[in-house]
Amino acid sequence: MLEIKNLKASINNKDILKGLDITIKPGELHAIMGPNGSGKSTLANVLSGKNGYEISGELKYQGKSLKEISIDERAQKGIFLAFQYPTEIPGVNTNNFLKTSLNKVRKARGEKELDTLSFLKLLKEKSSELGIDEKMLSRQLNVGFSGGEKKKNEILQMKVLDPNLVILDETDSGLDIDALKIIADGVNSSRDKKKSFLVITHYQRLLDYINPDFVHVLSDGKIIKSGCMELAEELEKKGYKKIN
Amino acid sequence: MKKQNINTNQEYKYGFTTDIENIRAPKGLNENSIKFISKIKKEPKWMLDWRLKAFNRLQNLKEPNWQKPKYPKINYQDLYYYSAPKSVSDKTKSLDDVDPKLIETYKKLGIPLQEQKKLSGVAVDAVFDSVSVATTYKEELTKKGIIFCSISEAIQKHPDLVKKYLGTVIPLTDHYFATLNSAVFTDGSFVYIPPKVKCPMELSTYFRINASETGQFERTLIIADKGSYVSYLEGCTAPMRDENQLHAANVELIALDDAEIKYSTVQNWYPGDKDGVGGIYNFVTKRGACRGKNSKISWTQVETGSAITWKYPSCILQGDNSVGEFYSIAITNNHQKADTGTKMIHLGKNTKSKIISKGISAGKADNTYRGLVDIGKKALNSRNYTQCDSLLMGNKCGAHTVPYIKNKNSSSIVEHEATTSKINEEQLFYCNQRGLNQEEAVGLIVNGFCKEVLQQLPMEFAVEAQKLVGISLEGSVG
Repeated sequence: MLEIKNLKASINNKDILKGLDITIKPGELHAIMGPNGSGKSTLANVLSGKNGYEISGELKYQGKSLKEISIDERAQKGIFLAFQYPTEIPGVNTNNFLKTSLNKVRKARGEKELDTLSFLKLLKEKSSELGIDEKMLSRQLNVGFSGGEKKKNEILQMKVLDPNLVILDETDSGLDIDALKIIADGVNSSRDKKKSFLVITHYQRLLDYINPDFVHVLSDGKIIKSGCMELAEELEKKGYKKIN
Repeated sequence: MKKQNINTNQEYKYGFTTDIENIRAPKGLNENSIKFISKIKKEPKWMLDWRLKAFNRLQNLKEPNWQKPKYPKINYQDLYYYSAPKSVSDKTKSLDDVDPKLIETYKKLGIPLQEQKKLSGVAVDAVFDSVSVATTYKEELTKKGIIFCSISEAIQKHPDLVKKYLGTVIPLTDHYFATLNSAVFTDGSFVYIPPKVKCPMELSTYFRINASETGQFERTLIIADKGSYVSYLEGCTAPMRDENQLHAANVELIALDDAEIKYSTVQNWYPGDKDGVGGIYNFVTKRGACRGKNSKISWTQVETGSAITWKYPSCILQGDNSVGEFYSIAITNNHQKADTGTKMIHLGKNTKSKIISKGISAGKADNTYRGLVDIGKKALNSRNYTQCDSLLMGNKCGAHTVPYIKNKNSSSIVEHEATTSKINEEQLFYCNQRGLNQEEAVGLIVNGFCKEVLQQLPMEFAVEAQKLVGISLEGSVG
């Protein structure tokens, strides 16, 4: 699904990723843990194609290089980023936004665009699965949403868009236990043989609920250690400084 | 004739010309060209006298120059003041007589004129250069006593109404462009809604400038008699030329007791090319008088075209409890300039006004909101609410807000809110990450920004206007 070799990224002449390797196969869930400033969010941004980075190394998705592929094309090809800080877009209805987005993705997949009725049906199904109040969806996109609502909205979008590669960028931060469970349920119920996940997080908390196949420690722009769930537990006990 | 550079600008899809034989007035601004216009329109003497009075007055007026966008001096002697397709000038008009070329032109603009293809629920008056070529749904409207025709026809058939109201909101002596219009106006729409009649459909005028070196001076007069209601919409386009063309219209609205007029504009005149060559000078005077008690006038404008837009659709709130509203979206891209806003003149008691202005500036464009709220001594317990929001795209454009507020009594309340923001990289990234390309993302964000105003447009046009908002900003980001 995703092959990254010796990935380097810098922004404004500042090196952030310094030779990162990771391979994610279909059906796998990888967690990346790391301290502040280790390059976690940069990795998420680079994978989704955000502008402004100088990049070198190999970045392959479904066997093809992602370089030269724009953000929206990557999204249409099934790369989904759940944002750490979902932005507010005033005046834009959440429902309509998601419908526009879904139809762009469906079109790229060669599927028929959904009309409003079928879309609303799908949305109702997915939001009740997640236990999300539908009223939230008739509000302006992320405007006045609580931190938890914003994150739930991200997970709902993930459910509706049905991507191949999901990147969760600190989706768990700032959530109470109930919201955290909703997020975890959303991830767990989406897992299948074809989908891959890259979960970026500070804490073990979320990982307790979603059982990652692999855990990697990112520090100063490189993966310094990889392992299984035990690694996350070790990190939680000892802190990042003691790892190595 | 100047070389006509009809370029292949992709963004402006209405930039084609119609090759049609014209009748023109002699070039230049003088008594003879005014007499020519009056004669070819078979106007009564009082109308010609009125025009000449305006022309005389014009000799003592100077063009205003306090506006922010400056423009090269206009040589008024180098313009044609009347240009009409020959076929229209010759005949009395019924839809069957309209030159197929004209029908085709309006079809290309998305305005079908033929009986069988008329827009449902919308009556259209189509104005081509200086003349009205066709009006649809005339009979249905006549049954209700509604008069909807070209102003030229109204001058001949309804002289009493025209005499009674023409120039009562925008006097002959008003200011340079308004007075110029009074002298040389060619055509436009006339609407009269009788007492207690609610006009059953949208009335719409579609203005098209085709001929080169020609000014368009349209004149529109709308009267809503006691207890009546009308919703009116105008649309405008012009071919792409490398010369600047002047459009100086006058629009007068009169609402009597308990009457309501809703006037919407979707202005998409040719804005000039990316380097600022060509485009329409849109210098328009629009004013409505809420003459009767409990009357209401609401202006909604979506201004996306023109090289320079310079207009302040205004409300004079004479009647007690009358209401004035102004909802505006002004989009300027590339080298476009806009200086637009409104005037709310409160004279009657308990009068209310509301101003919602959304200015969007991209490229090297400059966008000014200028507005006056004037609450008179006797306008007790009056209220105004103003909200001006500006959105900037890129770092070479400008946005300015110039509110003038005069409150002459202590029982009235004026509120003013203003914001300026930049289109946000994070918002664009978010939309892109959900599969929308740059242009779709900009369209979505800007439409969200304009939502309060777009909601005011009649349903039939809201979708069109939304698309237009997106198209106008194409290429402005990324």
